[in-house]
Amino acid sequence: MILSVASGKGGTGKTLVATSLALSLEGQMPVQLLDCDVEEPNAHILLRPQLDSSEPVTAPVPEVDKGTCTYCGLCSEVCAYNAIAVAGRTVIVFRELCHGCGACSYVCPAEAISEVGREVGTIESGRVSGIRFVAGRLNIGEAMAGPVIRALKKLADPRAAVILDASPGTSCPVVETIRGSDFCLLVTEPTPFGLSDLTIAIEVAREINVPCGVVINRDGAGNDGVEHHCAQEGIPVLMRIPFDRRIAEAYCRGETLAAAMPSWQHGFRELFDRVRGLAAVGSVS
Amino acid sequence: MKIAVSATAPHLDADLDPRFGRCQYLLVVDSESMEFEAIENPAMTAPGGAGIQAAQLIVEKGVEAVVTGDCGPNAYQVLSTAGIPVYAGTSGKLRDVVEAFKRGEFSPVARASTGPGAGMRGGMGGGRSGRMGSGPSGGMGGGRGGGRRR
Repeated sequence: MILSVASGKGGTGKTLVATSLALSLEGQMPVQLLDCDVEEPNAHILLRPQLDSSEPVTAPVPEVDKGTCTYCGLCSEVCAYNAIAVAGRTVIVFRELCHGCGACSYVCPAEAISEVGREVGTIESGRVSGIRFVAGRLNIGEAMAGPVIRALKKLADPRAAVILDASPGTSCPVVETIRGSDFCLLVTEPTPFGLSDLTIAIEVAREINVPCGVVINRDGAGNDGVEHHCAQEGIPVLMRIPFDRRIAEAYCRGETLAAAMPSWQHGFRELFDRVRGLAAVGSVS
Repeated sequence: MKIAVSATAPHLDADLDPRFGRCQYLLVVDSESMEFEAIENPAMTAPGGAGIQAAQLIVEKGVEAVVTGDCGPNAYQVLSTAGIPVYAGTSGKLRDVVEAFKRGEFSPVARASTGPGAGMRGGMGGGRSGRMGSGPSGGMGGGRGGGRRR
């Protein structure tokens, strides 16, 4: 099963939940943790995996054969991102603006455009105990996380328990991470800010037809707005992690919840079982 | 001579728009007759590569010089590749700017006068603040970066 962990608001505890789930399920079944927050991966800080390989990720960009090009400008007209410009008898490709859609090469009447790979990030993999760990890392200065996240997700083995740790927010990288997963756990905090972003995250999950459920972290530290909204929307609250200084202290030491307080592992295994049941039914959207 | 000026409104009594790529209008002016064509700038709302789009429009119109406030690196690359000089750092009422151009008061710039994406930041004055350093060109990849981090 492929389980994505997202949030809306940042700093709610996605990585705490994702890494705790991975540690709690390890030994019971094959587990993969894919850190899809490719702009600032952090799961490795808590799990400390032994990394054994690193692969570059490339995104396609156009390369124009100046000998064949007729400077008709059709490629430039069709590009939605202004990434290719024809000025007189010269073609300029702005590689960082290119989204790799392939439209330019598709429409070129002279077949003068080929696609070449441009390195945009890396995928690093390794193990921590029985967990297969893979993290994506977008190169500094790159604006588009999509290609690296897609490369990561290709490594998911649906027979295993695959946990995708998403980035915060609800924009393209998060959509790319959640899309196609069997279930999305939305980790939130019971505050107005948490609720505001959670509301958007729920809409995103619904829009891409991924059933979701909520984990309330720092429960007791805010108000009942989140509980109320979830009840109203029919979104199940699947776990409540209390606002407990000891959990924060452990996390600051680099120990995720399931490692610092092993009695929580049972709760995370139960969480996974409930999610598996909900995902099978395809409910709560 | 056919020149293009970045404008805040579609007539010569308007102020020059200090941004090239994201200006509101581009006026293509015949500097001798002062006849002009006003074009609503399609690049103004482009998520990225606005300078590129505006510069391509200029090239298509057969313009021989661009007179503006700030011109970013991508626009500059397209214009200089097409052999069109850019007169940056100008300001004021368009009619006065064109007259000053005719008197030879401006010199063309040898490089972009501002950093990438400057037209997206701040209001009218934002583009005027001189060099912002170079960096990866273009905008933010289609606004996909927006609203992500809390």
